[in-house]
Amino acid sequence: MIGDELIKIAQAEQAEKAQYPHHIHVCTGTPCLASRSDMVKQALEQELEQSGKARLCRVKGVGCKGLCAAGPLVSVEPDGILYQGVTPDDASVIVASLDSTPVKRLQCSLEMPFFKRQVKIVLENSGAIDPESIEDYIAADGYQALFHVLTMMTPAEVISQITKSGLRGRGGAGYPTGLKWSTVAKSHGERKFVICNADEGDPGAFMDRSVLESDPHRVIEGMAIAAYAIGASQGYLYVRAEYPLAVDRLKTAIRQAKKLGLLGENICGTPFSFNVDIRLGAGAFVCGEETALIASIEGKIGQPRPRPPYPAEHGLWGFPTLVNNVETFANVAPIIRKGAEWFSSIGNEKSKGTKVFSLAGRVVNNGLIEVPMGITLREIVFEIGAGIPDGRQFKAVQTGGPSGGCVPAQYLDMPVDYESLLEIGTYMGSGGMIVVDDTSSMVDVARYFMEFSMTESCGKCVPCRVGTAQMYNLLDSIAAGTATLEDLALLERLCDVVKHASLCGLGQGAPNPVISTLRYFRDEYLARIRQQEVV
Amino acid sequence: MLASQPKVAPPSDDRRWRLVEATMRRHGYDASALIEVLHTVQESFGYLDETSLHFVAESLGVPLSRVYGVATFYHFFSLKPQGKHNCVVCTGTACYIKGSASILSAIQENFQVRPGETTADNQLSVLAARCLGSCGLAPAVVFDGEIVGKLEPAAVVDKLRELIQT
Repeated sequence: MIGDELIKIAQAEQAEKAQYPHHIHVCTGTPCLASRSDMVKQALEQELEQSGKARLCRVKGVGCKGLCAAGPLVSVEPDGILYQGVTPDDASVIVASLDSTPVKRLQCSLEMPFFKRQVKIVLENSGAIDPESIEDYIAADGYQALFHVLTMMTPAEVISQITKSGLRGRGGAGYPTGLKWSTVAKSHGERKFVICNADEGDPGAFMDRSVLESDPHRVIEGMAIAAYAIGASQGYLYVRAEYPLAVDRLKTAIRQAKKLGLLGENICGTPFSFNVDIRLGAGAFVCGEETALIASIEGKIGQPRPRPPYPAEHGLWGFPTLVNNVETFANVAPIIRKGAEWFSSIGNEKSKGTKVFSLAGRVVNNGLIEVPMGITLREIVFEIGAGIPDGRQFKAVQTGGPSGGCVPAQYLDMPVDYESLLEIGTYMGSGGMIVVDDTSSMVDVARYFMEFSMTESCGKCVPCRVGTAQMYNLLDSIAAGTATLEDLALLERLCDVVKHASLCGLGQGAPNPVISTLRYFRDEYLARIRQQEVV
Repeated sequence: MLASQPKVAPPSDDRRWRLVEATMRRHGYDASALIEVLHTVQESFGYLDETSLHFVAESLGVPLSRVYGVATFYHFFSLKPQGKHNCVVCTGTACYIKGSASILSAIQENFQVRPGETTADNQLSVLAARCLGSCGLAPAVVFDGEIVGKLEPAAVVDKLRELIQT
C-alpha cells in the first residue's frame, strides 16, 4: 500500500458516492439497533427498489449519531435532515419526500443546542461513515496520518507532535499522552507492545463502545501510529465481551486493514510492521486498571500489582508496554493530520481538545456528546441536555463512575476540565455523566456505587476487600435508618483508610462517592440517622 | 513458536470440541490463551462444566487450580447450566436511576428467581449486568440476546411470560 493507492481508493469511493443525488444514513449503533434500525434500513432499501428510485439514493448503515434516546435515527444527506423515532412503516414517506419537503412529523431539528454546541474530533466520522467499510474511512481522510507518519516523520517527531498537542489520557486520570509515549520509547526491551484499553466498565459510560462501533479504523490507526512512535510491532485491543457489536466491527476492520496492507508486514512499503489482536474481557471491572488488564491478556486472574515498575518499563510479559484508552487513540490521527497547534487551540489552559461524554440519567436528551474542554456543566445539562424532564429539580451530576463523585448545583458554572473537577472532589473519569434529580436520595446513590466497588473488588488487598464491604454495611444501615452518629464517624474514618491504603485505583477511588456526597449532601445522611433517634 | 500437536483427546466426539481445539491451535496451545479458550467453551456449550475445565487445563498445560481460579474470577463465565431462556437486567447507573431495581423485584416476585439464578424448572436464567452501555434506553433488559429499552416492570414480566410459553 502506497500513498497513491490510498488516494485512488478515496477517489473511487467519492466517485461512487457522487453517482447518487441522495444518501440515507441509518444509525446502526447498539441502542438504535435495539429499536430495530436494521428493519428500518431494510424497509428503506425495499421502498427505493419498489418505487424505482434505487439509482437516486443510496442507503448506508452508519455509526452513532449521538441522540440515542430518540432512536432509530435516520438522516438524509446532503440535505442535512435528521429524522427521529423512525419505524419501518415510515420508509415510504421518507422515500417520497426525497425530492420535495422533509417529513415534518419525524424531523428532529439540527439547530437544537444538542447538535449546535458540540465540537467533534473523536466523533467526526460517527454517524457519517459506514463502520464496516474501510473505503468509506479512507474517503474521509482515513489512514492518511499513518501514511504521513511512516513516510515523512521520525518516531521522535511523532512523539513531539503528540506532546505539543497537550493530549492527556482520556481514560480518567489525564496523564500526558506524549510523556507516556516517550517513556515507553526510551525503555529498553527486546519487544514492545501497544495495548488499547477498551474495557469500559464504569456503569453509565458508553463512549468507547460508541467509538468502536462507529469508527473502528480510527482506533486502529491511532494504535499503529503509537506503535511506530514507541517501536512496537504487536498490539492488543482488550474489549469487553459485553460489547459484541464492537467486537464484530473491530474484527472486520482488522481484516480489511490487513488486506490493504495497512496492518501486517512492511506497512505502506516501509520497514514498519504492526499487527493487532483482540482479547476479550470477561466481566471484571478491575481489568480496566492497567496492570490487571495486562495480567488478563496473559491469561491470568485480573489482579493488579503495585506500581512502579510501570507498564511503560515492565508491562506485558515483562516488556515495555504502552496502555492507552480508546478515546486517547482516537485523537491521534486528527492531531497528526491537522497539527498540534490546531488541537491545542481547542479547550482551556491545562486540558486540551475535546471530551466525549455519555449523558444519561434524569435529563431530557440522553446520548453521546463531544464538547470542548472547559465547557460548563450548566451548558451540558441545561442546553445540550435540555434540562430535567417532568418538571423535577436538578440535584447533581455524577461523574467518574464508582471512583468519582458528584457535582452539586452550586458548581454548575465551573468549567469541565481535569483540574477543576478534582478540586471539587470528583474526577473526569472516562466520561460517564449521570444526571440526578430530586427524586433520588444521595445516600442511595453512594450505597449503589459502594455495592459496585464491593462486588468488583478483586480481593487482593485487605483495605479494599474488607473496607468496601464494611463501608457498604454502614451505608446500608444508614439507608435503612438504623445507624447512629458513631456509625457515620466510622464510615468517614474507613473512607480515609481505604482511599490511602488500597493497592490500585479501584480501592483508592471507592470511597469517593461517599466522601463527595457527604461533603455536599450531609443533611441527607443526617436525616436518615435522626429518624432512627426519634424512634 | 512450534505449535505442538494436541496431546489430549477431547472428552467426547461432540463436534463442538473442534471449535475449542481450533481456538487452542490458533494460539499455539499457549497458556496465555486460557481466557480466549474458556470464551469458546462457553460460547459452544453454554457454560463451563468440570469436564471442560479438565480438558482445557490438560491441553494448555495449566494447573486445574488456575483454570478454576480464572473461571470463577471473571463474572462472564458460568459454571452452571443456564435456563432455556435468559434475561439480563441492566443495573448500570442510568438504569438504576430510572428504576431497574423495581424490575428485578418484579421478576423475583413473579418467577421466584434472583439475579444469578435459574428457575427450578430450568426455563429462565436471570442475570444483572453492570452496564450494557445503552444508557439512552434506560432501563434496559436483554431478552434472549435482544435488547429492549425504556421498560416498566409489568412489561418485563409480560415479556418473560410470553418468552417462556413459546
